[in-house]
Amino acid sequence: MSVILIVEQVLNGLQFGVMLFLMAAGLTLIFGVMGLINLAHGSLYMIGAFAAAATAEVTGSFLLALAAALAAAAAAGAIIEVTVIRRLYAAPHLNQVLATFALILILSEGTRWVFGSFPLFLDIPDILSGTVTLPGGIQYSLYRLILIATGFAIAIGLWVLIERTRLGIQIRAGENDREMIAVLGVDISSLYTLVFALGAALAGLAGALVGAIQSVQVGMGEPVLILAFVVIVIGGIGSIRGALVGALLVGLTDTLGGVFLPEIFKVFMEPGAAQRSGSALAAMGIYVLMGGVLVWRPTGLFGVRRCI
Amino acid sequence: MKKLLVTLVLTALSATGTLSEVRVGMITTLSGGGAGLGIDVRDGFMLAIKQSGRDDIEVVIEDDQRKPDIAVQLADKMIQSENVDVLTGIIWSNLAMAVVPGATAQGTFYLSPNAGPSLLAGRGCHENYFNVAWQNDNLHEAAGAHANTAGYRNSFILAPNYPAGQDALTGYKRMYDGALAGEVFTKLGQTDYAAEIAQIRASGADSVFFFLPGGMGISFLKQYADSGVDMPVLGPAFSFDQGILQAVGDAALGVVNTSQWNKDIDIPVNAAFVESFQKEYGRLPSLYASQGFDTANLLLSALEVANPSDMDAFRTALRAADFASTRGDFRFGPNHHPIQTLYAREVIREGDVYTNRIIGVALADHADAYAGDCAM
Repeated sequence: MSVILIVEQVLNGLQFGVMLFLMAAGLTLIFGVMGLINLAHGSLYMIGAFAAAATAEVTGSFLLALAAALAAAAAAGAIIEVTVIRRLYAAPHLNQVLATFALILILSEGTRWVFGSFPLFLDIPDILSGTVTLPGGIQYSLYRLILIATGFAIAIGLWVLIERTRLGIQIRAGENDREMIAVLGVDISSLYTLVFALGAALAGLAGALVGAIQSVQVGMGEPVLILAFVVIVIGGIGSIRGALVGALLVGLTDTLGGVFLPEIFKVFMEPGAAQRSGSALAAMGIYVLMGGVLVWRPTGLFGVRRCI
Repeated sequence: MKKLLVTLVLTALSATGTLSEVRVGMITTLSGGGAGLGIDVRDGFMLAIKQSGRDDIEVVIEDDQRKPDIAVQLADKMIQSENVDVLTGIIWSNLAMAVVPGATAQGTFYLSPNAGPSLLAGRGCHENYFNVAWQNDNLHEAAGAHANTAGYRNSFILAPNYPAGQDALTGYKRMYDGALAGEVFTKLGQTDYAAEIAQIRASGADSVFFFLPGGMGISFLKQYADSGVDMPVLGPAFSFDQGILQAVGDAALGVVNTSQWNKDIDIPVNAAFVESFQKEYGRLPSLYASQGFDTANLLLSALEVANPSDMDAFRTALRAADFASTRGDFRFGPNHHPIQTLYAREVIREGDVYTNRIIGVALADHADAYAGDCAM
């Protein structure tokens, strides 16, 4: 277990974390501002990946593919908000869960209908493929480094948006007191559509970026969705800062746990069994983390107790 | 009572020479993540039925959504209210384990076009259960045998942490003679393999064996190709079938994988199958499509001899496996699992389509390791 391997795994954890952040940021914004549980967030991730793969296939340009992913996911988000979600703000959470679960099924089968059942091809652009040598002789994938940088850049961009712009003030006000900002003359319904589309665009971007190193297929969003929910519960619902910290914690716990727990188990177990039980325990790692955080801070790391 | 009545009616019908209908139930995965496999099996199966020109065979097709509970419901419905004589179609081992024992115990024949869990080949074998594809371990054993041929002495092996994944590594190790540089179980459905690839890089292995079916394999191969690790990779055909290769692209070129079938097996029946499949569906067949096609042809060959209502005669006819398989020689072992030749294939590019070509025989005339446990 060399230092190089450990550093490499930490980078892997960071990369996983920032991609989770892109998903979780939208989810937490939507929940924070509108009080809506959006299970279809994973479908927006899938839409982004499919839009990117289809565009890359036609144009051959990765940048255009990313733009298409952003546009398609934002458009899908806006349409979903206007046609379905808008009717659900006053409804109990269970109705929201049911309706957005139905959206998952509709969007998955719709995507299959358009693109077929076989996975699509989306690859890293040539200029970003291959590895770079970092100080200390660590070979690391250039594309993954770019993903880490992109994720942090978007985190900073979101922070500026929320803390330093007029739109950000409205979003924060909407989180605190919906009725009051409506009374103050803010067009609450277009604000909701905008926030939903923004969250959707972030999910779509994550789908496209990750789709280039994974498989673009129907149903790719749901596993990520579950992790994104874990992230926002850990970080505190409604908090962008919490989403970033939570995502990095989950990314690092998951990656490092998967690598090091089996190694630790090998100290006192036969290798095959250590591998199996270590992997099984590592798969639980993030949920143990979530449980621990909730015991310590029931509203999550950066959650605020709401006055109702 | 109802079944007896149906049997009587069927016997009466066939006795009077009237056309008696055979009902086949196909439960397969047509939606969700693994739908490509089910669609290929269904298309291969239906192609053979169509080519037979028989209009007295009715195939009832239902989607199990890859969920064991739904598969069980469908099987009950098909057996009890649709009165199917033969069930087939299931892709996944966990679904097969949920459906097959119950179905065969109720006197329905089950022909497996894909899943071959070890329990159904060994202690849990049944006289009404026939596997037309392979026992799950077979392709991995072939990979282990190929690793010996290729001179690999230090393999790094990985598979998802679930029964079929554990069977895969067991199968590989059963035939492979060298040492292990590492053995890793990943999460089922995992899409990011950066951590495992870093371990591979640090392990000093001379080869990598992996079993990651479907989307997991696509992710692994793309990330492996981008990681700069260049030791040879090998695996079973499940990550290199016709549906997946196009999504992996150049990253798969030259990778050796093992299969019981390939489109270049040079026999007339296979050439005709590949050509007619391509003509009918506008895409190259995968190994799953060939398995669906073979399953239907096995069924058709048995129907020539006996009606499923005459269970003993029909079973004997199935056991004879008197049909022209797309993979050449095909026969059943004592546990109704195939004894067949397994090939090593290499991923190549033909024009702008990625496909496989056979580079050699990995295991000739190979039976499974569980036949001895089967008391039939």
